Amino acid sequence: MFGKKSPPITEAWRGFTFTRRALVVGGAQAAVGVALAARMAYISVIDNERYVLEAESNRVNLTLVPPRRGWIVDRNGKALANNRVSLRVDIIPDRLHNKENVLGQLRTLLRLDNDAMERIERDLKAASGFQPVAIAEDMTEQEYSSILVHLPELPGVAPQRGFARNYPTGAAVGHLIGYVGAPTAEEYEKVKDPLYITPGYKTGKDGLEKYFQQMLRGKPGAKRVEVTARGKVVRELSTQPDVQGKTVHLTIDADLQDYVARRMGPESGAAVVIDTHTGDILAFVSMPSFDPNSFSDGISNSEYSWLRADDHQPLINKATRGLYPPGSTLKPMAAIAAIEHGIDPSERHTCIGGYRLGSRFFRCLGTHGSLDMPHAIMKSCNSYFYWVAHRLGYDAIAPTARLMGLGEEFQLAGSNQRFGTIPDSAWKMKKYDQPWSASDSLNAVIGQGYVSVNPLQLAVMASRIASGRRLYPRLVNRQFKNEALPFSAEALATAREGMNLVVNGPGGTAGRSRLPLDGIAMAGKTGTAQVRGLNTGNGKGGTWRFRDHGLFIGFAPVDNPRYAISVIIEHGMGGSRAAAPVAKDVLTFIYDREKGMEALETFEAGWGGTIKERMDRNYAAWKAGIAAPDPGLAQ
Amino acid sequence: MIPVPPAIQRFPWKLMALLAAICGFGLLVLYSAAGGNWSPWAWQQGVRFLVFLGAALVIGRLPLRLFEDFAYIGYIGVLALLMAVELLGFVGGGSQRWLNLGFINLQPSELMKVAIVIALARFYTQLPPGNTRTFTALWPALLAIGFPAALVMLQPDLGTALAISIGGVVVMFVAGLPFWWFGSAAGAGVAALPILFSMLHDYQQKRVLIFLDPESDPLGAGYHISQSKIAIGSGGIGGKGFLNGSQSHLDYLPEGHTDFIFATMAEEWGLIGGLALLFAFFLLLRWGTRVALRARTRFGQLTAAGLTMTIFFYIAINLSMVMGMAPVVGIPLPLFSYGGSSMLTIMTCVGIILAIENDSKTGTRRFH
Repeated sequence: MFGKKSPPITEAWRGFTFTRRALVVGGAQAAVGVALAARMAYISVIDNERYVLEAESNRVNLTLVPPRRGWIVDRNGKALANNRVSLRVDIIPDRLHNKENVLGQLRTLLRLDNDAMERIERDLKAASGFQPVAIAEDMTEQEYSSILVHLPELPGVAPQRGFARNYPTGAAVGHLIGYVGAPTAEEYEKVKDPLYITPGYKTGKDGLEKYFQQMLRGKPGAKRVEVTARGKVVRELSTQPDVQGKTVHLTIDADLQDYVARRMGPESGAAVVIDTHTGDILAFVSMPSFDPNSFSDGISNSEYSWLRADDHQPLINKATRGLYPPGSTLKPMAAIAAIEHGIDPSERHTCIGGYRLGSRFFRCLGTHGSLDMPHAIMKSCNSYFYWVAHRLGYDAIAPTARLMGLGEEFQLAGSNQRFGTIPDSAWKMKKYDQPWSASDSLNAVIGQGYVSVNPLQLAVMASRIASGRRLYPRLVNRQFKNEALPFSAEALATAREGMNLVVNGPGGTAGRSRLPLDGIAMAGKTGTAQVRGLNTGNGKGGTWRFRDHGLFIGFAPVDNPRYAISVIIEHGMGGSRAAAPVAKDVLTFIYDREKGMEALETFEAGWGGTIKERMDRNYAAWKAGIAAPDPGLAQ
Repeated sequence: MIPVPPAIQRFPWKLMALLAAICGFGLLVLYSAAGGNWSPWAWQQGVRFLVFLGAALVIGRLPLRLFEDFAYIGYIGVLALLMAVELLGFVGGGSQRWLNLGFINLQPSELMKVAIVIALARFYTQLPPGNTRTFTALWPALLAIGFPAALVMLQPDLGTALAISIGGVVVMFVAGLPFWWFGSAAGAGVAALPILFSMLHDYQQKRVLIFLDPESDPLGAGYHISQSKIAIGSGGIGGKGFLNGSQSHLDYLPEGHTDFIFATMAEEWGLIGGLALLFAFFLLLRWGTRVALRARTRFGQLTAAGLTMTIFFYIAINLSMVMGMAPVVGIPLPLFSYGGSSMLTIMTCVGIILAIENDSKTGTRRFH
């Protein structure tokens, strides 16, 4: 064609063409074969190392074993926080496919309620892809094995046999110990430690758990397992055990801590007990509290809102974060300041039901007649101390207050303190740009006005008056100098004598709170702090949140003090009525546990059970209460 | 010396040994893939091999004339079966590839791979030599290839459609059709690739795209190729040892006993095993090509060349696929992969080539 003449097509030509073309085809096949061989050699020789690694990373799954957290124990080695075996299941969001289906199955298998589902949805939204989200902890063996059986249909679900944090006394240690929780995405981003995204690993989130995180944490173990493509474990290759975190020894007395928390009853308040030999904090209670076990398991939305809605503020540690006008509990301290500034404790002042300052008349709660200093303390006579304050001015008293620990922030493990105010003229000038007035002194000396303190400071003051040393409170074995206070023996003795009379004298304000013990007596001082203005309302009734706070500081035994205590009952309507009886029972318990428990059990019968029983009931009632308006929503 | 009876002498011992070696190696791999078990795959495959080997030997004894005489009838019959399958699939509301004959699931598309080669070989045998370079030589062949290929594409089975086409085209090529026809057709094909691509089904398009970039979807459809390459690559030169392949035993390698059996083998036997298998296939194809070159008749020549190509196509596409050089199309490795359909086709091919070989040993060469 196209001019070029093709050769004539014959059978011979055809046979020749066939041979030629068949050889071409055969040659092409051989070439492809060589190419395939070369390709295989390339993959298996040149790229061998890379593919061996990839095969290994397919085959071997390295999982971290979260370390068992160190225990937190009390002074006798009794556990305040320990670990219990827990069967748990988490979701790794990255590996989760068909979320609705998986969650639906989990819900059926584990019988999760709406609360739990809500929390899981919330956590899933908040978690970045690699962060495990807890589905359930503390499952029964049955639930756990039902998950294991269905595992192939549940991508992204990771069951684990591990440990969970346990607080044997629950709410009693909530504010003291804090709680643990899964690390947040931000925490992981900061350290990039793979342990932080290992299911079951918890870090301290609050209180001592947070403060001692490094000590308590321990070292993770590791487990190398061979897994199939579907994630089924074929065998364990090697296991490196975890190293448990170190134990933290506290100065707390676990039994006393529990007792104090229970003795607070349904009230809102705080109580601190200090060993006056060492400054050891034996009990550190703020009530109502939360159950740290709930927080550590991932608290449900509903339980959290219940805690937030409570007007008794269970989420606030009142022992260090609650600031109160200390009221008359400051009077023994004022007495020491007075003596140090030359006032003779035997000098008498006559109470006429108040004190006249210029045109104003500052009221006393009674008309006490002629009083010396100890009896002024005993009767908690305002007139006497108005007279002292007017004579000395508060600038003379404030340094003594500060030496007693008031207005001071202590180096205390794991606490977040609000340290309040001990005012003086310089403070007022700086803060309000106003000169100090005599009436400011009068208000301050009875613990009102600008004065505010926290319960821990009050306990420290009690321990310092009792010991005569500048004790520093401590929760762990930390060394402080605790040198002697620069006060005369007479001053301290007068204050102690006054406090003795408060409880044991004829007509003392806490006369009803004498210890029911032979040979051991308590000294103390009541305080009643007005919540509303001094002359408006009487604070002895009416709406709860307008009632007066009841305060008490004390120590025992009177002659050789060993234990100091402070108690605050918010809106308790008076120190002698609300706070002193608590102190009495607590100190009774220290010396005679049976007697103390007897008193407590009588109270608890009246309150409706232990802390846990009451909390569970209140929570149930609260849930029923919010569910009631719209029963259609809740299932 | 013990005299060997001629009947025994006439057995193609070397070929049988080669086939048994390939299949026997396959049985070992199947044994390993089942976690060190003869069931469920290895023993069944072994029995199947013996049956089909017997069938191949019987086919090899048949006179070549028979295939030539029944070439068109056979082709039309298989085409009718293909249409029946298509029709049944249409009635049943889904794609279907089998005809259930009660005792066997017959896959007519497999038979078509053989039938198309025989039919075209007969066509070009009958075609007067002078017409070889005319249009008369082209259009009947194109129709004969295009019709079944289109039917198979409808199933949809891209791999088999390609196998049918390639077998037919190679017969056309060795029949002596003008070279530039093939060249320009290939050029046009390359140019038309985008259009062809758009005609593919979604899942087929996806496979092609993922073949081009397997890492784009390592957990989805690219998973097959990635895991297969990991298996082959981690085997290295000597392999991980028999029964020690983690990729296959821990189920990372999908289809480790069927389409991806080469990867299962390579993981445990390494490059050495792979080259040995390639060499065995080379011997088989060399035998087929030699038979084609020595065939006594033109029909024998064309048929042997076409069937050899069909066997080669299986091997080449399957190995390219497992090594990440071709998209994932469901084509098994001949004699090696578990499964009856492909073995049936291959052994039929082998049997017919054997018949051509036997034919060439009798009588003189003739070319029409």
